[in-house]
Amino acid sequence: MKILVTSKRVTDPDMKIKVKADGTGIVTDGMNYKVNPFDEIAIEEALRIKEKGGGAEVVVVGIGGKDAALEIRSGLAMGADRGIHVLCEQAVDSSVVAQILAKVYETEKPDFVIMGKQAVDDDSNQAAQMLAGALGVPQACFASKVELAGDAKSARVTREVDGGLETIEVTFPAVLTADLRLNEPRYASLPGIMKAKKKKIDEIPVASLGVDTNPRVKFVKMTEPPTRKAGVKVADVPTLVQKLKEEAKVI
Amino acid sequence: MGNVLIIAEQFKGKLKKATLSAITLGKMVAEKSGGAVDALVMGGGVAAAADEIKVYGVKKAFLADSPALENYVAEPYAQTVAEVMKSGGHEFAFAAATAFAKDLMPRLASKFTAGMASEICGVSFDGAKPVFARPVWAGNAIAHVTIESAQKFGTVRATEFEHAKPGEAGVVTPVTVTADPAKCGVKYVGFAETKSERPELTEARVVISGGRGCKGPEGFKILEELADTLTAAIGASRAAVDSGWVPNDLQVGQTGKIVAPDLYIAAGLSGAIQHLAGMKGSKVIVAINKDSEAPIFSVADYGLVADLFKAVPELTAALKAAKA
Repeated sequence: MKILVTSKRVTDPDMKIKVKADGTGIVTDGMNYKVNPFDEIAIEEALRIKEKGGGAEVVVVGIGGKDAALEIRSGLAMGADRGIHVLCEQAVDSSVVAQILAKVYETEKPDFVIMGKQAVDDDSNQAAQMLAGALGVPQACFASKVELAGDAKSARVTREVDGGLETIEVTFPAVLTADLRLNEPRYASLPGIMKAKKKKIDEIPVASLGVDTNPRVKFVKMTEPPTRKAGVKVADVPTLVQKLKEEAKVI
Repeated sequence: MGNVLIIAEQFKGKLKKATLSAITLGKMVAEKSGGAVDALVMGGGVAAAADEIKVYGVKKAFLADSPALENYVAEPYAQTVAEVMKSGGHEFAFAAATAFAKDLMPRLASKFTAGMASEICGVSFDGAKPVFARPVWAGNAIAHVTIESAQKFGTVRATEFEHAKPGEAGVVTPVTVTADPAKCGVKYVGFAETKSERPELTEARVVISGGRGCKGPEGFKILEELADTLTAAIGASRAAVDSGWVPNDLQVGQTGKIVAPDLYIAAGLSGAIQHLAGMKGSKVIVAINKDSEAPIFSVADYGLVADLFKAVPELTAALKAAKA
């Protein structure tokens, strides 16, 4: 069995970001980068499936410039077996990512793909669904539970949807996305980090894939979000009730 | 071209209100493009939802009503929308950014190798061309984007657009469903609905949210009493959901629900960036927290530095007394 996972390099979600004064993007000086947290959950799930037996190979794919290799390496340090780095310096959108991944998929022919449900930088939540669509295979997004069938030819997936939990069965090959509560990703161990240094990452120049890399979604500018006016502290509950009644008029 | 298709969402044949926000964006875009706004209702036995939506100023209310669409599965739904768009000359398709549309719309866009803007929170125009504003980095920046493919897709953040007003009634137009769910490798197993007597989180006028400070399900009981008094919905931070104190679908934030009620009360909730992303649009925010340095106070209109186990019951009692 082969499982394809993704590892996107994103800014540390716990760092405060700033919009550049000229509106061309965000300030990247001094930012730390890490694996998209949702991708970490996806990698963890693939590793758990592998560790349950059956001898799965976990292949981690990243797309981006030279630096993107660091996050692929992080996936290998967690325990993935091998990396694929699609070298791509230009900005891409979800549609381009899906087409690139479709090409990787065609070469690798994994049993299934599992990736994070969204990246915490552009918050699009599109690439996996577009990949599944491009490949014409089933999708099971926002998974909070994944159970492989005994013959490993399908999976029963519990999905976090509005108003409850939905369960579907998807026949492989399929594309799954990981939601927050699928698992708690492990930290890479020191031996894991050492081993990862020796694991192979294949570099593939994006131009060799024959994908139209022009983004369909064109970035125009970045602006600050509307800010809220700082409020007041109230001394006690009666004052709060009075303010809500007389000033805010919401109760 | 220039026509807009709104993908309606229904639950058990009843139209979801969030769809009305998507119609509003659709009308803004169509006004510039010179196209018509149509809507599409899909499901099994859902004719009532088409009758419901047709009065909101849509030209045609397409109805794809078939046992094949009884349960939502991405591929047959995407196929049905794509067929309607091809025959109807729709350049744009929008839906409210709910779990349903987040799953469906990118798959639909991939059928046209097209671009999509997620969680659209505003629109401006460069001539007739829409420039969509959408939150990125958990709402800490707003990206303005255009879509360059022939067909253009988007999900709409319902809290950022008014509900469409009823207008001239459109015509319900049945659609032949050709999609076959049996052929797409997905078997629908079931839906475990979270039963609640409370208003829906994304539609409630008042939301009371709890965080780590609630210390357990008991803390949420205290919030529920307040919620009963205010006919409010209950929300939660990621920490509270991860601890298993409340169901997953109560999470408010970047990766959970986006809410913008008239009144949002955050109790024992510190206000991580990811949580603020889901509730900053609320009209009035109240924060109750022991820690006077908690980030939640930076967005709260009214902050009360207090122990929620004392302050919330006191607030509930005061509101009950005022009602009596």
